[in-house]
Amino acid sequence: MKLWRAWAVTANDFSVFRHKKYVFYSLIALPVVLSIGLPITVWLLIQRAAITALELEALLNAFSFFFIILPSLLPTVLASYSFVGEKLDRSLEPLLATPVTDGELLLGKSLAAFIPSLLATYLGAAIFVALVDQVTYGRIGSYYFPNWDFAVILLVAVPLACTFSVEVNVIISSLVSDIRAAQMLGIVVLIPVGGLYVLAETDFRSLDAASVLIISAVLLGLDVLLFFLNRVTFRREEILTKWK
Amino acid sequence: MIETENLTKKFDGVTAVEGLTLRVEEGEVFGFLGPNGAGKTTIVRMLTCLISKTSGQAKVDGHDISRSSEAYEIRKIIGLLPENVGMYDDLSAYKNLDYYGRLHGCSEAQRAERIERFLRMLDLWDKKDLAVGTFSKGMRQKVAIARALVHDPKVVFLDEPTANLDPESSKTIREFILELKREKRTVFLNTHNLDEAQRVCDRVGILKGRLLAVGPPDELRGSLWPRKTLIQLERVSDPVVAAVKKLGPKSVESTDDSLLVEVSDPERENPEIVNAVVAAGGRILYVTELSPTLEDVYLKLVRN
Repeated sequence: MKLWRAWAVTANDFSVFRHKKYVFYSLIALPVVLSIGLPITVWLLIQRAAITALELEALLNAFSFFFIILPSLLPTVLASYSFVGEKLDRSLEPLLATPVTDGELLLGKSLAAFIPSLLATYLGAAIFVALVDQVTYGRIGSYYFPNWDFAVILLVAVPLACTFSVEVNVIISSLVSDIRAAQMLGIVVLIPVGGLYVLAETDFRSLDAASVLIISAVLLGLDVLLFFLNRVTFRREEILTKWK
Repeated sequence: MIETENLTKKFDGVTAVEGLTLRVEEGEVFGFLGPNGAGKTTIVRMLTCLISKTSGQAKVDGHDISRSSEAYEIRKIIGLLPENVGMYDDLSAYKNLDYYGRLHGCSEAQRAERIERFLRMLDLWDKKDLAVGTFSKGMRQKVAIARALVHDPKVVFLDEPTANLDPESSKTIREFILELKREKRTVFLNTHNLDEAQRVCDRVGILKGRLLAVGPPDELRGSLWPRKTLIQLERVSDPVVAAVKKLGPKSVESTDDSLLVEVSDPERENPEIVNAVVAAGGRILYVTELSPTLEDVYLKLVRN
């Protein structure tokens, strides 16, 4: 595998994405809403004196789950474009006639979805952390962020969740021939991740560093499995001849 | 450069290409003529390793198309203009070409030199920074041809390069193909345009699922269509017709003022026919050979 060739695919996708406004807005909208909306919710609760310091910390812990959900959701827009978009633009046939291998193409397409999703998540997290600390300092008496739990989420769980979502969406993208269908199926990825949030909200499982590492280990296993599945499900001939 | 032997492709039991045996030499411009669904695109896709064969053998520059390791080598030396050009519409012409040059591992200097050369040849250099989505169909087609050549391939596959283009764009592309011929590149051309095939191809193959005929356009016309001599007279009389028939041509058709004589060796027979007509009292206005067009040959083969 030639990494420079995979990177050429990634760089070209970046150029294409830059010209597609809906891709840009889809990528930015959710992190901005979450990173501003959640601190506003916290601020309102504090203003109404409706929450104790202990409850506030539990709430912030549960909110941290959104930053695992976010990188699972963001790649659906980008990765669903990866092959379906090329096919719709009829650009896949000349692309497949170049010396690019399946592995290089999959890696390049995956990176094109992974890097912006990860950066958008980190940007959202940075805004979230800054705003939450401003809003909660008075109630908690110290800065809630940064803390180890959130650091493990951002540095371990987020890249793995993002990889998981990218791989699932690239598989879906190479199997279906409609961008909306690819995006809808891609959202299915969120079901297990959303389940984790429900568990946290119902106090079944708090989001400490240990539980994040367990979740990350599961995600890592799935990522490896999906990497091989991706190679198996990517069939050039079917993409060219069966898609209409 | 390209060799196939009994190359066959079936889709879900339906035969798209049957037993194609063909040899295209290095530096040759070879054209495939055939109706829609004749299998032209399927053959190009097999030879460019985009789809697999069902049976038979095929090699491009000595590399077997059915081996994945060799398919990679084939993709390095071929350029493809697919039927649907498929450009990145939001990107400029230059960026579209540059991307393909990068995928082929061309250096920045090579990419810059070739992109400029091809865009200048195709009159698009001053539009290099415009988004391809703003281009006309003909301009997009030209960019796609440049894209197929940006890595300096040995073999170029052009699938319907002038389909639906205006005459001026078609002419530019035909001239460009002739330029490729002068550069001794092997060109494999699929076309509906018989005139185009006749003008640019060294040899043509007529295809309808299987190869019906192959050869240089002139040879195909000669071998598949009888040669006929038209003699335009002031008036055709019975003695004139009788005199011509006496020479034993394959057939003689007459109207009030013309004779159409089927001949096997016009250079030898025509002077005898003219002498016989004059001797029988006929006044000849002119004599000409009725030459079939490639279209006549094509329609005859495809309809049969």
